[in-house]
Amino acid sequence: MTTTPAIEIDGLTKSYGDHPVLEGVGLSVPSGTIFALLGSNGAGKTTVVKILSTLLKADGGTAAVNGYDVATQPANVRESISLTGQFAAVDEILTGRENLVLVAQLRRLKDSGQIADDLLARFALTDAANQKAATYSGGMRRRLEIAMSLIGNPPVLFLDEPTTGLDPQSRLEVWRTVQELAGQGTTVLLTTQHLDEAEHLADQIAVLHEGRIIANGTLAELTQLLPPATVEYVEKQPTLEDIFLAIVGHDAPPPTQTTTVRTH
Amino acid sequence: MTSYVVHDTAVLTQRSLRHILRSPDTIITTVATPIAMLLPFVYVFGSAIQIGTGSYVNYLLPGILLITVASGIAYTAFRLFTDVSSGIFERFQSMPITRSAVLWSHVLTSVVANLTSLALVVIVAVAMGFRSAAGLLAWLAVLGIMALFTLALTWLAVIPGLTATTVDGVSGFSYPLIFLPFISSAFVPTSGMPGPVRWFAEHQPVTSIVDTIRNLYAVQPVGNGGWIALGWCVGLLLVAYALAMRTYRRKIA
Ligand SMILES: Nc1ncnc2c1ncn2[C@@H]1O[C@H](COP(=O)(O)OP(=O)(O)OP(=O)(O)O)[C@@H](O)[C@H]1O
Ligand SMILES: [Mg+2]
Repeated sequence: MTTTPAIEIDGLTKSYGDHPVLEGVGLSVPSGTIFALLGSNGAGKTTVVKILSTLLKADGGTAAVNGYDVATQPANVRESISLTGQFAAVDEILTGRENLVLVAQLRRLKDSGQIADDLLARFALTDAANQKAATYSGGMRRRLEIAMSLIGNPPVLFLDEPTTGLDPQSRLEVWRTVQELAGQGTTVLLTTQHLDEAEHLADQIAVLHEGRIIANGTLAELTQLLPPATVEYVEKQPTLEDIFLAIVGHDAPPPTQTTTVRTH
Repeated sequence: MTSYVVHDTAVLTQRSLRHILRSPDTIITTVATPIAMLLPFVYVFGSAIQIGTGSYVNYLLPGILLITVASGIAYTAFRLFTDVSSGIFERFQSMPITRSAVLWSHVLTSVVANLTSLALVVIVAVAMGFRSAAGLLAWLAVLGIMALFTLALTWLAVIPGLTATTVDGVSGFSYPLIFLPFISSAFVPTSGMPGPVRWFAEHQPVTSIVDTIRNLYAVQPVGNGGWIALGWCVGLLLVAYALAMRTYRRKIA
């Protein structure tokens, strides 16, 4: 366990032309935790991720990943991270397996074939291993991409909207993977527009709005921002997601149950 | 990091060569344009064109070789554009690799693809009656000039590959390059052209390169023209490389 945070951002600013996107963003992510960056379309989530992954230069402020400054030590930052961008970046002409082998070779790992086969099995892609990635469904591509990001076990993982466009099952799979990784000590920063995703996964949640972090904390801390809750008992109706998961044969809570809900 | 540039470039070049093997139509389309020009000029117009002694296919081939490269580099730009727009370019740039290897792999692939296309065009030309008494050294000199010319146009193609926003924008830049040989000594001698056109034709790079290759194939002394051709190729290469690298640095900044 290190005491330096895995990600440390302070006063980050970025404009495209005269359109300011980030106006002093600051946040800190302890290592081994899952951090969710929430924000509506155009809030600047992708911009933050690109700055952290050395694809974009900030106009002002500082950002450090794994203790390395993104502006002055970009090579060290790239040694420490893996990026799964918002739009699936796989080589469509290569097969799924070849994509994985390619990344393993670029990371100069021995046994790239074995690494690829293990990941294919782990992400339920073995049957499609030798098909061109162009033939993959959206969910398969996303899984392939995440698998590509895990090669080399980088300590910090950026996932930009990892579950957008996925069906509920694939989304649960991605969630499980993220939790597993965090359990092994990987720091995960993910962006999302889905509140339930942040709620379910993240140790810490930050809301990016109009260029600034307007809220930041654990779910419990964020809940305290609201007026005190009153406790009452209601019968919980199954959500459509519960029903969907139940009829397609997936683990789901029993259809009806009594739950404690907080109302405000 | 620098010590890995060879390894990273090799891995990425293997990848893009695999792309070409999986879509050989890019090579076929590349050689289709020059061959489609060879046919009518050799079999239809050729007999009406005054070139002095020798067969017209011998006269025409050098210019056709340049057109082959000019049409081939459209795919260089296209392959790079695909990487940039699909996001895989960014994935590579965020990995701990020598970043410039991404660009170099496209450049090397372009050279391999274009030299393959050139070889195919020469084979077709031989089938159509092209003959040369040139020795190994002269062939190597032709190969060297074509490789330099390919490199120069490849770096030029990197610019639209990195900056284009649409597929049309990416291939459109090569049309003027395909057209340039028409105002040169590639198809007809410049001596019959009207004043300003002739001046342009005699001072643009295609004429000196075409004349040099023609002389090499005809086992004639290349003379001063050879140095001018070499100067053009190297000069174009340096300018294109500088512009491409500037575009690249802006892109990844
Ligand atoms: N290359 C660019 N040039 C100009 N403006 C840009 C560029 N990239 C992003 N923007 C603008 O910056 C703002 C933030 O974009 P960004 O992609 O970071 O948002 P986001 O939070 O990831 O949104 P989404 O949820 O839609 O992915 C948007 O208004 C967008 O239009
Ligand atoms: Mg985004």
